[in-house]
Amino acid sequence: MRHVHDRGGWPDAGLIARAEHDYAMWEKRTDAMLRVLTRDRHIIRVDELRRAIESIPPRDYETMSYYERWITAIETLIIEKGLLTRAEIDRRVETIAATRQV
Amino acid sequence: MEPQFKPGDRVCIRVDYPARHFRTPGYIQGKTGSVTTVHGAFRNPESLAYGGDGLPTQFLYLVCFDQTHVWGAYPASPDKLYIDIYEPWLEPA
Repeated sequence: MRHVHDRGGWPDAGLIARAEHDYAMWEKRTDAMLRVLTRDRHIIRVDELRRAIESIPPRDYETMSYYERWITAIETLIIEKGLLTRAEIDRRVETIAATRQV
Repeated sequence: MEPQFKPGDRVCIRVDYPARHFRTPGYIQGKTGSVTTVHGAFRNPESLAYGGDGLPTQFLYLVCFDQTHVWGAYPASPDKLYIDIYEPWLEPA
Protein backbone atom coordinates (compact mmCIF):
# COMPACT_ATOMS: atom_id res chain seq x y z
CA MET A 1 0.00 0.00 0.00
CA ARG A 2 1.26 3.48 -0.77
CA HIS A 3 2.39 5.51 2.22
CA VAL A 4 0.75 8.81 3.11
CA HIS A 5 3.62 11.03 1.89
CA ASP A 6 3.86 9.30 -1.50
CA ARG A 7 1.58 11.78 -3.28
CA GLY A 8 2.44 11.64 -6.97
CA GLY A 9 -0.75 10.86 -8.88
CA TRP A 10 -2.67 10.45 -5.64
CA PRO A 11 -6.36 10.30 -6.60
CA ASP A 12 -8.36 13.31 -5.45
CA ALA A 13 -5.32 15.00 -3.94
CA GLY A 14 -6.68 18.30 -5.26
CA LEU A 15 -4.84 21.18 -6.81
CA ILE A 16 -1.56 22.49 -5.44
CA ALA A 17 -2.00 25.79 -3.60
CA ARG A 18 0.25 28.15 -5.55
CA ALA A 19 -0.42 31.33 -3.57
CA GLU A 20 2.60 32.87 -1.85
CA HIS A 21 2.40 33.46 1.88
CA ASP A 22 4.53 34.88 4.66
CA TYR A 23 6.28 32.60 7.08
CA ALA A 24 5.61 32.79 10.79
CA MET A 25 8.66 33.34 13.00
CA TRP A 26 8.44 29.78 14.37
CA GLU A 27 8.55 28.48 10.80
CA LYS A 28 11.70 30.48 10.06
CA ARG A 29 13.24 29.20 13.30
CA THR A 30 12.33 25.63 12.37
CA ASP A 31 14.06 26.08 9.03
CA ALA A 32 17.12 27.58 10.72
CA MET A 33 17.20 24.81 13.33
CA LEU A 34 17.22 22.12 10.67
CA ARG A 35 20.05 23.83 8.82
CA VAL A 36 22.12 23.96 12.01
CA LEU A 37 21.38 20.30 12.76
CA THR A 38 22.18 19.11 9.24
CA ARG A 39 24.64 21.29 7.36
CA ASP A 40 26.46 22.95 10.27
CA ARG A 41 26.57 20.25 12.95
CA HIS A 42 25.94 17.05 10.97
CA ILE A 43 23.66 15.73 13.71
CA ILE A 44 20.72 14.94 11.42
CA ARG A 45 20.85 13.72 7.83
CA VAL A 46 18.16 14.84 5.40
CA ASP A 47 17.46 11.14 4.77
CA GLU A 48 16.62 10.79 8.47
CA LEU A 49 14.38 13.85 8.33
CA ARG A 50 12.47 12.32 5.43
CA ARG A 51 12.11 9.02 7.27
CA ALA A 52 10.89 10.80 10.41
CA ILE A 53 8.36 12.86 8.41
CA GLU A 54 7.10 9.71 6.72
CA SER A 55 6.69 8.07 10.16
CA ILE A 56 4.10 10.66 11.25
CA PRO A 57 0.77 8.82 11.64
CA PRO A 58 -1.31 9.40 8.46
CA ARG A 59 -4.11 11.27 10.24
CA ASP A 60 -1.64 13.72 11.80
CA TYR A 61 0.30 14.00 8.54
CA GLU A 62 -2.85 15.06 6.69
CA THR A 63 -3.68 17.84 9.17
CA MET A 64 -0.18 19.22 9.73
CA SER A 65 1.32 22.12 7.80
CA TYR A 66 4.69 21.80 6.08
CA TYR A 67 6.76 23.14 8.98
CA GLU A 68 4.64 21.33 11.57
CA ARG A 69 5.83 18.12 9.91
CA TRP A 70 9.42 19.40 9.99
CA ILE A 71 9.39 20.33 13.69
CA THR A 72 7.65 17.06 14.59
CA ALA A 73 10.34 15.11 12.72
CA ILE A 74 13.14 17.18 14.29
CA GLU A 75 11.72 16.42 17.75
CA THR A 76 11.57 12.70 16.95
CA LEU A 77 15.19 12.69 15.79
CA ILE A 78 16.76 14.75 18.57
CA ILE A 79 15.00 12.53 21.13
CA GLU A 80 16.15 9.43 19.23
CA LYS A 81 19.72 10.75 19.24
CA GLY A 82 19.63 11.63 22.92
CA LEU A 83 20.10 15.40 22.52
CA LEU A 84 16.94 16.14 24.49
CA THR A 85 14.31 14.04 26.21
CA ARG A 86 10.60 14.32 25.59
CA ALA A 87 10.24 15.57 29.21
CA GLU A 88 12.79 18.34 28.63
CA ILE A 89 10.98 19.51 25.51
CA ASP A 90 7.56 19.40 27.22
CA ARG A 91 8.91 21.29 30.25
CA ARG A 92 10.30 24.02 28.01
CA VAL A 93 7.02 24.30 26.11
CA GLU A 94 5.18 24.70 29.44
CA THR A 95 7.59 27.43 30.52
CA ILE A 96 7.11 29.35 27.27
CA ALA A 97 3.32 28.90 27.41
CA ALA A 98 3.26 30.25 30.98
CA THR A 99 5.27 33.31 29.94
CA ARG A 100 2.92 34.02 27.04
CA GLN A 101 -0.13 34.03 29.33
CA VAL A 102 1.19 36.91 31.43
CA MET B 1 31.83 -3.01 -8.67
CA GLU B 2 30.30 -2.35 -12.07
CA PRO B 3 26.84 -0.97 -12.80
CA GLN B 4 24.36 -3.66 -13.89
CA PHE B 5 22.78 -1.37 -16.53
CA LYS B 6 24.07 0.99 -19.19
CA PRO B 7 22.49 3.89 -21.10
CA GLY B 8 19.81 2.63 -23.51
CA ASP B 9 18.91 -0.46 -21.43
CA ARG B 10 15.19 -1.02 -20.91
CA VAL B 11 14.33 -1.42 -17.23
CA CYS B 12 11.21 -2.12 -15.20
CA ILE B 13 10.77 -0.61 -11.74
CA ARG B 14 10.07 -3.17 -9.03
CA VAL B 15 6.76 -2.96 -7.18
CA ASP B 16 7.38 -2.90 -3.45
CA TYR B 17 6.01 -0.96 -0.49
CA PRO B 18 8.21 -1.98 2.46
CA ALA B 19 7.12 -0.65 5.86
CA ARG B 20 10.20 1.55 6.00
CA HIS B 21 11.77 4.49 4.20
CA PHE B 22 12.36 3.95 0.49
CA ARG B 23 13.15 6.23 -2.45
CA THR B 24 10.99 5.00 -5.29
CA PRO B 25 7.59 6.70 -5.58
CA GLY B 26 4.49 4.60 -6.10
CA TYR B 27 3.53 6.17 -9.41
CA ILE B 28 6.67 4.85 -11.11
CA GLN B 29 6.58 1.31 -9.70
CA GLY B 30 5.74 -1.33 -12.28
CA LYS B 31 6.54 1.08 -15.14
CA THR B 32 9.09 0.46 -17.88
CA GLY B 33 11.62 3.02 -19.05
CA SER B 34 15.13 3.31 -20.40
CA VAL B 35 18.38 4.18 -18.68
CA THR B 36 19.64 7.60 -19.75
CA THR B 37 22.64 8.14 -17.46
CA VAL B 38 24.60 6.21 -14.86
CA HIS B 39 25.16 8.88 -12.21
CA GLY B 40 27.63 6.76 -10.23
CA ALA B 41 27.57 4.90 -6.92
CA PHE B 42 26.28 6.60 -3.79
CA ARG B 43 25.61 5.70 -0.17
CA ASN B 44 22.28 3.97 0.20
CA PRO B 45 19.73 6.52 1.46
CA GLU B 46 17.47 3.72 2.69
CA SER B 47 20.22 2.94 5.24
CA LEU B 48 21.26 6.56 5.90
CA ALA B 49 17.65 7.29 6.86
CA TYR B 50 18.09 5.12 9.97
CA GLY B 51 21.51 6.43 10.97
CA GLY B 52 23.32 3.67 9.04
CA ASP B 53 26.53 4.20 7.09
CA GLY B 54 24.81 3.72 3.72
CA LEU B 55 27.31 1.06 2.66
CA PRO B 56 27.65 -0.73 0.36
CA THR B 57 27.04 2.08 -2.11
CA GLN B 58 24.44 1.60 -4.83
CA PHE B 59 24.46 2.71 -8.44
CA LEU B 60 22.04 5.53 -9.19
CA TYR B 61 20.54 5.90 -12.66
CA LEU B 62 18.61 8.56 -14.50
CA VAL B 63 15.72 6.67 -16.08
CA CYS B 64 13.46 8.06 -18.79
CA PHE B 65 9.76 7.21 -19.15
CA ASP B 66 7.06 8.19 -21.60
CA GLN B 67 4.51 10.31 -19.73
CA THR B 68 1.72 8.55 -21.62
CA HIS B 69 2.97 5.27 -20.12
CA VAL B 70 3.26 6.61 -16.55
CA TRP B 71 -0.15 8.30 -16.37
CA GLY B 72 -3.17 6.49 -17.73
CA ALA B 73 -5.06 9.62 -18.70
CA TYR B 74 -2.11 11.55 -20.17
CA PRO B 75 -2.95 13.11 -23.58
CA ALA B 76 -0.99 11.83 -26.58
CA SER B 77 2.39 13.58 -26.51
CA PRO B 78 6.14 12.91 -26.74
CA ASP B 79 6.60 14.24 -23.15
CA LYS B 80 9.15 12.42 -21.02
CA LEU B 81 9.59 11.94 -17.29
CA TYR B 82 13.15 11.64 -15.95
CA ILE B 83 13.66 10.22 -12.50
CA ASP B 84 16.68 9.10 -10.45
CA ILE B 85 16.36 5.50 -9.27
CA TYR B 86 18.77 3.25 -7.37
CA GLU B 87 19.84 -0.05 -8.88
CA PRO B 88 18.07 -2.43 -6.43
CA TRP B 89 14.77 -1.06 -7.77
CA LEU B 90 15.56 -1.92 -11.39
CA GLU B 91 14.94 -5.14 -13.29
CA PRO B 92 15.84 -5.86 -16.91
CA ALA B 93 12.83 -5.32 -19.20
